[in-house]
Amino acid sequence: MPRVIKNGRIVEDAGSETLTLDQWLAAEDKAQAVCLEPGEAPLPLFGHLEVIPLVAINFPTFMDGRGFSYARELRERGYQGELRATGEFIRDQLTYLARCGFDAFEPADESQLEDALPRLQDFSEAYQASPDRPLPLFRRRAGG
Amino acid sequence: MYVYDEYDQKIVDERVAQFRDQTERYLAGSLSDTEFLPLRLQNGLYVQRLAPMLRIAVPYGLLNSTQLRKLAQISRDFDKGYAHISTRQNVQLNWPRLEEVPDILAELAGVQMHAIQTSGNCIRNTTTDQYAGVAPDELEDPRPWCELIRQWSTLHPEFAFLPRKFKIAVCGSAQDRAAIHAHDIGVELLRGENDEMGFRILAGGGLGRTPVIGSVVCEWLEKKHLLTYLEAILRVYNQNGRRDNKYKARIKILVKAMGVDAFRDAVEQEWARLKDGPTTLTTQEIARARSFFTSPPYRQFDAAESRSVLEEQAAAEPIFGNWVRRNTREHRVAGYRIVDISLKATGFAPGDITDRQLELLADLADRYAFGEIRTTHQQNLVLADVASEELYDLWQELQRAGLATPNIGYLTDMICCPGGDYCSLANAKSIPVAEAIQARFEDLDYLYDLGPLELNISGCMNACGHHHIGHIGILGVDKKGQEFYQVCLGGSQSRDASIGKILGPSFRQEEMPEVIQKILSTYVDLRQEDETFLATYRRVGIDPFKERVYAQGD
Repeated sequence: MPRVIKNGRIVEDAGSETLTLDQWLAAEDKAQAVCLEPGEAPLPLFGHLEVIPLVAINFPTFMDGRGFSYARELRERGYQGELRATGEFIRDQLTYLARCGFDAFEPADESQLEDALPRLQDFSEAYQASPDRPLPLFRRRAGG
Repeated sequence: MYVYDEYDQKIVDERVAQFRDQTERYLAGSLSDTEFLPLRLQNGLYVQRLAPMLRIAVPYGLLNSTQLRKLAQISRDFDKGYAHISTRQNVQLNWPRLEEVPDILAELAGVQMHAIQTSGNCIRNTTTDQYAGVAPDELEDPRPWCELIRQWSTLHPEFAFLPRKFKIAVCGSAQDRAAIHAHDIGVELLRGENDEMGFRILAGGGLGRTPVIGSVVCEWLEKKHLLTYLEAILRVYNQNGRRDNKYKARIKILVKAMGVDAFRDAVEQEWARLKDGPTTLTTQEIARARSFFTSPPYRQFDAAESRSVLEEQAAAEPIFGNWVRRNTREHRVAGYRIVDISLKATGFAPGDITDRQLELLADLADRYAFGEIRTTHQQNLVLADVASEELYDLWQELQRAGLATPNIGYLTDMICCPGGDYCSLANAKSIPVAEAIQARFEDLDYLYDLGPLELNISGCMNACGHHHIGHIGILGVDKKGQEFYQVCLGGSQSRDASIGKILGPSFRQEEMPEVIQKILSTYVDLRQEDETFLATYRRVGIDPFKERVYAQGD
């Protein structure tokens, strides 16, 4: 069973079948997990965010940062389901990914998980608003 | 200037710890070169031709004397005893050891400094007018806005892996001293209806391989919306900028490809969602940012008396008088002058400064300028608040330290990237060309007769030396493994921004002083009365220069 980081812990994951964006677009049942690749902006998903159980965003290379914006677009539009980063992202990106709204991480190299987990705690403060901390620092400094 | 609170300090400290871990993993072999690359770049660390280069952030060019002393100590303890001022107002060390970089960053954190995002495909150091807060032509101090942008862009989780680097400049004065037209985003403070201040936003300017003057994407933006609007632009760019070719990855290419109207529509669409959200600036936060940039405790002087005392001193000692005329300028407060410190003495690489000079300047800043100093994108330094009556004493100290070269704004005050002597990207060396030109044109009377002249040198297409917007631009090119230099004329970084035009086939290094000489004598022959080089060029065009420079049997 594949292991992933989910909600800050390493867990065994039964793995749900994810559709490619094309498959998902063709499917009648929209309540299915879908995986976005770079270049596949989440726009078509916006009308179905309440029923999609899982959106995976794949990083074929860690240098391609489009997925960071896709995640924020989804969360800002109210997506509450699981948002999973998959592929070649590196552990040093975990805090950024988490602050963009990812709550699950499935790196291509599963053996990295133990070393990667603590990296989620690299930063305890941040200036910007994020899905997990909706007020930017300047509003929190001022006491909300 | 801005002072960190416990939050700012914590973020910088945690960044140092993170980078220490990354460096250790890299040295232990568990982090690959490819993975370490963007991580070290986003902490300012390049691997250069001879050694690593560390670029230290100087947010919008502002330093205090404590920070200057720290830079001096770091350059002595970890480097070869000198530092370099870059065209992004940052400070570069050319010889640090990779394994010591985390220690250097820890030292910097101790004086509220860092090297975050000074390189890499992320939002870089925001730059502005080196005379911010003291210039007579200022509409509003741009520094509080720069600081708000600095905080918003620092470790922004969404924009750390952009298609390419991203540079923002802010201008708050009538004359643009921040080159906002040559930036990915230019922010201009302006006065709107009912005397209310707001912003005009430009996007898609930039130098590099394809120089472009920025386009207006927003004619008028209310101040509170600044950050959400920037976020919308970045989000459009992050998702749509090209990632298949690094030479076509800057936002300027996207704006051109979409057309500025379609680009604006896309930004507006994004912005509609972000506008009035939590990132909207509050009155309280704007006031907090402003509270760090108040006037120092100026003394009261009589303007006429200050002026006449200075004139007497200048008449009594013409060398001093000349320095006052060339290297100081009007201050908005009576009895004060702004002092430019030239780092362009003949025989020294433009922008270089030694540890001793840094320490001396820290002392002088404490004694004469309320403990603050500024770096400029022209690679010089500025003491912004010096009482006229103390200029003479200051000048004597600067003279002794070789820091009073009276050439600000003239030919030898050139912008020059580190070039092939240091940089592994460079096609050609730039420092020897700068030095040869400085040596050739040492005669001050001739320099002054030439009038204001900006000569900018880049060692490669990346254009760190801003050659496209120099009145005279020099670009190092590689021709079959040989270093050659291309010349362009007519660039400008001011409000009337323009991109220089290529003169013709390139030259060998040893030909360059003669080529510059011919360009200058063409100007001198053709100018009318007090016409500047740029004005003459704009009137007569490139042909007369071309004819003179490429004339046969001359």
